[in-house]
Parts: sequence; structure tokens; C-alpha cells
Amino acid sequence: MELYELTALELAGQLRAGAVTQAEAIAAAAGRIAACQPGNNAFITVADSPAPAPALSASPLAGVPMAYKDNLCTRGMRTTCASKILGDFTPCYDATAVERLTAAGAVSMGKLNLDEFAMGSTCETSCYGPAKNPWDLTRSPGGSSGGAAAAVAAGEVWYAIGSDTGGSIRQPAAHCGVTGMKPTYGSVSRYGLVAYASSLDQLGPIARSAADCAAVLELIRGRDPRDATSLDLPAGGLLCALTGDVRGRRIGLPAECFGGALEPEVAAAVRAAAGVLRARGAVVEECSLPLLDYAVPAYYILACAEASSNLARFDGVKYGWRAEGCGSLEELYRRTRTEGFGPEVKKRILLGTFVLSADCYDSYYKKALQARARLKAAFDAVFQRYDLLLTPVAPTTAPRLGEGLADPLSLYLSDIYTVPANLAGLPALSMPCGFDRSGLPIGAQLIGPALGDLAVLDAAHAYQQETDWHRRHPDTPAAAKGGDAL
Amino acid sequence: MNWETVIGLETHVELATKSKIFCACTTAFGGAPNTHCCPVCTGMPGALPVLNGKVVEYAVRAAMALGCTVTRYSRFDRKNYFYPDLPKAYQISQLYLPIGRDGTVEAGGRTVGIHELHMEEDAGKLIHDPWTEQTKIDYNRCGVPLIEIVTEPGFRTAEEVVSYLEWLRETLQYLGVSDCKMQEGSLRCDVNLSVRPAGSDTLGTRTELKNLSSFKAIRRAIGYEARRQIERLEAGGRVVQETRRWDENKDASYPMRSKEDAQDYRYFPEPDLPPLELSEAYIQALRASQPELAAAKRARYQAVWGLGSYDAEMLTSQKALARFFEETVALGAEPKQAANWLMGPVLAQLSAHGLEARDMALTPPTLARLIQLVKEGRLNRNTAVRVCEAVFETDGDADAYVAAHGLAQVSDAGLVAQVVEQVLSANEKSVADYRSGKEKAFGFLVGQVMRQLRGQAAPAVVRQVLLEQLAEQ
Repeated sequence: MELYELTALELAGQLRAGAVTQAEAIAAAAGRIAACQPGNNAFITVADSPAPAPALSASPLAGVPMAYKDNLCTRGMRTTCASKILGDFTPCYDATAVERLTAAGAVSMGKLNLDEFAMGSTCETSCYGPAKNPWDLTRSPGGSSGGAAAAVAAGEVWYAIGSDTGGSIRQPAAHCGVTGMKPTYGSVSRYGLVAYASSLDQLGPIARSAADCAAVLELIRGRDPRDATSLDLPAGGLLCALTGDVRGRRIGLPAECFGGALEPEVAAAVRAAAGVLRARGAVVEECSLPLLDYAVPAYYILACAEASSNLARFDGVKYGWRAEGCGSLEELYRRTRTEGFGPEVKKRILLGTFVLSADCYDSYYKKALQARARLKAAFDAVFQRYDLLLTPVAPTTAPRLGEGLADPLSLYLSDIYTVPANLAGLPALSMPCGFDRSGLPIGAQLIGPALGDLAVLDAAHAYQQETDWHRRHPDTPAAAKGGDAL
Repeated sequence: MNWETVIGLETHVELATKSKIFCACTTAFGGAPNTHCCPVCTGMPGALPVLNGKVVEYAVRAAMALGCTVTRYSRFDRKNYFYPDLPKAYQISQLYLPIGRDGTVEAGGRTVGIHELHMEEDAGKLIHDPWTEQTKIDYNRCGVPLIEIVTEPGFRTAEEVVSYLEWLRETLQYLGVSDCKMQEGSLRCDVNLSVRPAGSDTLGTRTELKNLSSFKAIRRAIGYEARRQIERLEAGGRVVQETRRWDENKDASYPMRSKEDAQDYRYFPEPDLPPLELSEAYIQALRASQPELAAAKRARYQAVWGLGSYDAEMLTSQKALARFFEETVALGAEPKQAANWLMGPVLAQLSAHGLEARDMALTPPTLARLIQLVKEGRLNRNTAVRVCEAVFETDGDADAYVAAHGLAQVSDAGLVAQVVEQVLSANEKSVADYRSGKEKAFGFLVGQVMRQLRGQAAPAVVRQVLLEQLAEQ
């Protein structure tokens, strides 16, 4: 078995046991990156000389190589958001999640590709070119955390930190056959995450297994005095609490999530996953989650509204791209932003500016807030009867590059299963549950009530005790073979 | 036709917190450009605001003093616009649920309605360098906490406006929530003004006046703008709703932007800050610990210490002066004496040094000691004033100064008698004049004795000894 085939926790165990040195682990990661990067373009910036953890502390993941989505600020390493407008912007501060992981001995291999400012679900809006799906390099890895999912799937790093505003961790995790978790809103400090939509953004792990996700999440979550929306959560308490026991857990399959544009192969794989959980003792039954049709419109109104404000600071005055030779302040703003932002970002800024304008605020923004409140109430009601919901992550498997952006409306609609958890602030996890006939991974999503992160992780952990989808690896590029064998 | 002027005010007041509203940077005035800032107040990507609790406390105290209903569940909103002094391209303010609403205050003998009071952050400062043709930005002020106080359109004259602002300044200073220095921009006022035929109850089209940096400018600008609108209407024209900039040097206002170019600020709730929920206990605790305001002090000085209304007014004209007065009295000085000392020599020294009471080095114990020395007859009052002047700048030790300069008052009647004897024998003509009824000669003789004693004699003793010796001879 190659090192890259281990889970993060397994590698950490080897490091602690002295079977593998940190230098070997870092060299293995660097070797995989060198081999895979030309094909999958998962990284925007590869660290020149990754800093090893000073000591292999008691922290469960100390010394394990990992990487950050490139919308997390890293002190001294450029942070691009895959946008020309940020140029070589190099923060003088670390995001809280980065700070916490560094303290826990994480070894950063660099910064991962994404859709520009995390706006997109194919990774194709990146100004550094799309990341590609390691299972099929002609396909998208999903997005926006496409680079993160691709890098973990390809074994370039053992885990990654992504951000999820409407499914940006879960959908690429599904398309790349890895496990990704969006925790309860407020679990992880957003300080240092370049905001897309502040009320929806949440950081989370992408890794091989639910147990890996639990180990990462407990390192980064909890109250941060620099983020007023962060929650006071007990330290730790996730990894050690995983039991894999779902006996008596009530799991609902919302009927509304199994119709429409859902591909039959995906539906079948998710139902099969339900069967696995039932076999382990969960009570699985069909249920109803009304108002789902309002989720995507409400999401795009609110996300774009907040984005139009969050991205206004990129004006050419302070850092990043600045249009040259402008004769007036207005021209500086107009040309900098025209030249610096890509088309998808501009579209969302325009949409958001429109829905917040004085004449539209009530009929769009306010209505979307009402829809959000009602969707939350619908979740509250369904969680009176169920501990968890099980749904698909995306209606299809990974689309071909170039396919999605050609039909933007259906691309937006493909977010239908993931945006509700963001609107309601709920924990949700995507886990591999099979492959379609083209050999592309399929993901299943578990959604829990607010603060039910552990229940979500534990159900996924139970599922992964029975299945090995999460241990499958795409074919390895020839150059990467011959890495350090165990 | 008779016209009536209708005025409403929007006043921005900088709060006197040590740190900024959403980060820990200092609010100190001045400082080299861009040295009082951090990723949060310069709007760097990924930085997030965290509300300073002291700002909430000060805003609530101000809202209470302005008679507002304190909003138990308030919220921040983003006001979006592009300008280089606003690094996030939005200002965090309060539109939908401001912290204070529906207040009334009694100022200048009138009731003024307060529409609302809200918290917000200040912007930075642009500095244009004419030599390099460059505009530079200083972000030190970014994130300095402000409250904006919006009145109802209830004023009719510039005098009413100024008395309200004087009341406001005094009140906020007494609360300790702002130093209200107009010259440093910690109190800034925009005037909304319209005119209408007297007796009408509909409002005319208003203009907004900006850049009013002193009470004088406010008076002049109101007079100018009311005349301008009336002249325009009387000439058959109409008033254009616009924002106008007051130019103090030209004594005139000029249009800045009209309603047509008014920006759509696209306000929406600030998602980075949770709603602000204040408990009843929190509000009660602040209410119970509100500082005594100037009006209450004036009443107390008159009722308890028997001061006249003028004295009470003067002593409370600056918060630091009132505190100085109270502390001096607490150290045993007789209130009337303490008041006279403060309003006389101390204010004279302040004005001579161009200082405000809060910047004074002199301390209440020193003044109390001087008053005691005079009371005990150990210094005469004029000498004591000289000592006060000498120790004013450094708060020096009055006793040491008196000893070092030999200023202690001569109350020894024997010594005085000796000097009087010499003076009488040296000034026979004056003695004769006195005997022949010329009262002025007595004053001259007193002056001669005082001169011999270098002004340190107790005047009463001198007079008495002189009268005795003149009677004997």
C-alpha cells in the first residue's frame, strides 16, 4: 500500500509510531503533487518548502500534509481566490482555522484551486484554469472547492480545508469520491475566509473518511473572539465520540429529493446507502421536506446580495489588481473591476446589486429572507421526527468540463440538494456511495439538525464501516508510482 | 409674505472609547498616518468586525440622556457605497433597528424631539498632495465609533439650533461618552433646512448643509440658506432638493449633489454581526449609574451650597471645572470661596495659557491649601493669587513656594507697629493732611506701610495699628 492510500488518521498513527517520518510524509505529498498537478491543476500555489510540525504533539493529525482552499488567508503566502483582481495579494495574517491547524501540527502543502471567489460549482471560473477530476481529467471535479476535493482524491494531500456556501465542500467531495463536511453555521470561525456570502459561508474538512473529517473539525471548530458569529462549542469531543452505532437512529429520505432531474443511477446509489444504514439498525423511512423548490431562488438572491457587498472592497485602491492610466476615480473603479473580475462573479455582483436596490429590496431580498425563515421552520418540523436526513448531493455525477457553464440555469438548479443546509445553517456531510456506469463517484448527503454535527459524522462513520467506497482511488498517473511504499 | 424656517439636525458624535468600534485599534487622535489600523478596520479580505461593548454602553447612555426608548433588540446594517476613504466599500451602521428612538430633550427652554440615535463607524481621511497630484489615504479614523443623533424638524431659528447643540455637547461631555471637540471633528453637524409660508403645516423642499465646523458656521449657514430659499421662492422659483457644502471663507454654500444623483445605499442587515440583544438588567444597571448631568449639578450647587445661579452656571460650563470644584469643596474649602477662586484666578490662568479645565495641571488639593492659608490668615489674598499663578503650570507645592519666597503674611502687631512708627515720622505732611480731614492721606499711609512690609501684612492689622498710632499722636 502506498502512503497516499492511507487515511489522515492512519498516516498520523504511522508518524506517531515512528514507522514513517515527517520528512517521508512531506516528500510523498510533494511527489504526488508533482505527478498529479500537471493533469488535475488542483493547486494554485504549491508551498516551496512546507514547514514540518515542530513536534508531533498529542494532536491527532500532527505532521500530516494537507492544503487550504485558496480563499483562506495564509500569512506570507499569496491568497488569490482564483481571481485576477486579488493578483498576488499576500495577507499579513492567518485565518483562524489556519492558525489552529498550524498549532496542531498541520503541514501545509499550499493553496488549492476553486471557482473564482467560490462562485461556481465546476471549478471552471478559476482564473488559473479549472481543476480537473482525478477520476476523469475531462470532467469537472465539482466546485467551488474543486481543487480541494481533487487533491484529496488524487492522494496529493491527506485532507484539505474547503469552504461551503451552497454546497462547495459537499458537491466536489461527491464528484471526486471523498468525504466532505459542512458543519453547523458558526462552528468554525470565518475569520480569514475571504467572504462570498457571510450568512451562508462555513469552513469544513474534505478528507477520505468521516473519521478524518471528525478529527479535522474538532481542531478548527469553536468560539473565536474575532468572529462574532462563531459558536461556543466544547473543544474536541468528535473523534472520540464516534461509535459507528446507528441503531434506532431515525433517518428520513425526503421524497422531494428523489424526483425531478435526479439521475436514476444516483438515486439508486443513495437508496442503497439508506439500505446499508437500515441494515446497521437505523430506522429509515420516506419523509417530506416541503418548500425545497424555494431553496435555490432564495439562495441565489441572498448569496448574490451579500456577495455584491462583500466583493465591493476589491476596488483597485488598496491591493491586488489596479487598472492603469485611469483619469478619474470612477474610471479606476469601473476598469479595475471590469478587468479584474471574471464573468460569473460579475453576474452575481450585478444580481446582488439589483436585489438590494431600493425598488427591489422588498420584492426580492426580503422575500428571500422570508423563504429562508420558512425553510428553517420546515427543517425544524422534520427534525422533530427524524434524527437525520439522507439525500443525494447532486442530481448527476461530475459533468464534462465546459458542459455546465453552457447552461447556467440548470447549473444553478443542480445546487438544489446542498443549498438548503446552508440556508438553515445545518450540518451536512457528503460521503462516497458508489460509482455510475462511467466509473464516476456518486455521493450521498446526510443532514442533521443544528449542532447535530456528531450525529451526522457518526452515521457516515457507521456507513463507512460497512463500505469501502471512500477507500477507492482513481488510477494513478504513471509518474507518481514508486512513491514510498509501506 | 412671512416665511417660517424649519430645521432638523443630524449630529455625528465621536465616542470617547479607547478602542475602535469593531477592532482593538486605538482611537487616539492624530498619530502618523496608517499607524492606528489593522486588517479589520482597513477592510482586508477575510477580516471580520466584532462589536466593542463599550460603544454599546456609551450609545445607550446617550440614548437615555436624550430621553430615547432604548431598543432591546437592535441590529447593524451595511450602507454600501464606493469611496476610497471607506476600505470595505460599506459602512456598518444602523438603519432598520437603531439603538435609540423617539426621544425628547429640554434645551434652551424648548422641547426638542429626537427621531433616533444609532451607532456607526467613521471613515478614513483623504489627503490631497498638490505637489505630487496624488491623493493619499489615512485609515487611522476608520472604525472610530460614532453615534448619529437625528432630531425631528423642530427648530425654527439658528439660536434654537445652537442652544440645542450646546446642550448636547454639555450633556455628552458630562456623560463622559464624548469630548465633543468640534475642531477635531468629534462633533459634526449636518443641517436640514426648508422654508414655508408662516402658518402652513406642510414642509417645503429641504436642502442639507454639510461642512459646518463651528457654531458660528452653523449660525451663518442657516441664515444664508434660509435667505437663499426665500429669495428663490419669492422670485417664483423652486427649491431643489440637494446637499450643499458650506464654505466658511466665502460665507456661502454651494451645491454638492442633487437628489437625482442621490446614491442607492442598498442597505441590508450586516451578516457578520449577530443582532444586539440587551437585557432589562443591563439597561437598568446603566440607568442606575448615569452620571449627574450639568443641570442637576447647577440645581444642587444652588440648593445645597447656596451659590448664585451665575456661579453655578460658570462652574458647570466645563465638566472638569465642576469636578475640580466639587473635589476642592470635599477637601474642606468653603464652597463660595472655592467658587470665587475657580471663577477668578483659575479661569484667568486657564485663559492666559489657552487651556481647558480638563488639561489643567493644578489639582484640587493645591487650591484647597491656598484657600486654607488665606482663611488662617497666613497668606493675604493677593499674595495667594500670586502663589496660585506661580504653581499653576506644575501644580507645585504652595507651602514650599511661600516659604522659599518669604511670602508668609505678617500678622505680628509688634512688627507692624514698628513700621507704622517709621512711616509716620517719615511722612509728616501726610499725617498733617490726615489730621486736617483729608481721607486720601490715610490710604497713602496704608500703602506706605504695606510697601515696607512687601505686601505681606494683613491689611486689617495695618489699618488698626495706623488708626491707633494716629489717635495717640
